[in-house]
Amino acid sequence: MDIMKHIKQQIESNPIILYMKGTPEFPQCGFSSQTAQALLTTGAQFAYVNVLEHPDIRQNLPHYADWPTFPQLYVNGELVGGCDIVLDMYQNGELQQLIDGAAQSQA
Amino acid sequence: MNTEQIKHLIEAHLTDAQVIIRGDDEVHFEAIVISPDFIGKTRVQQHRLVYAALGENFGNQSIHALALSTHTPEAWQQRSGG
Repeated sequence: MDIMKHIKQQIESNPIILYMKGTPEFPQCGFSSQTAQALLTTGAQFAYVNVLEHPDIRQNLPHYADWPTFPQLYVNGELVGGCDIVLDMYQNGELQQLIDGAAQSQA
Repeated sequence: MNTEQIKHLIEAHLTDAQVIIRGDDEVHFEAIVISPDFIGKTRVQQHRLVYAALGENFGNQSIHALALSTHTPEAWQQRSGG
């Protein structure tokens, strides 16, 4: 399948999906680590893609998203942001709200 | 890439941008950007504007990471307790 279509389908079929370097258990980048940690505190289940194991996604997602760096968090098909935005939202409580809403719409 | 180069690129692409930037190793940076261009935009859109100003410097690894904080002039003034 065309990689852009594959990415689109992946983002749209997972209510919460994190593209990161490494995995939540074994992150391989400080920014990915902090973002995954923040997401784990919400208690919600989320999908993730280790872009280090998917060079095609690592190369093409930045073009798809118009966003050059990782991690990238998507909720309900929308880019929420990278590490800075997610941590900011974690600190002011917005992340929990957003994730709770996404989990509800999924149920 | 040094902090001055990044500062200039951002200033060249955003209206009346104020850029506070730090970086010790020429590939990892931390920046605070204040510009009226951010008014009415989401944070994702604000960050995209800054990324667009920096163009291919991410793709070609001139910049490995940029910790970014974007603010409208009004929000920045409130934040700094004006």
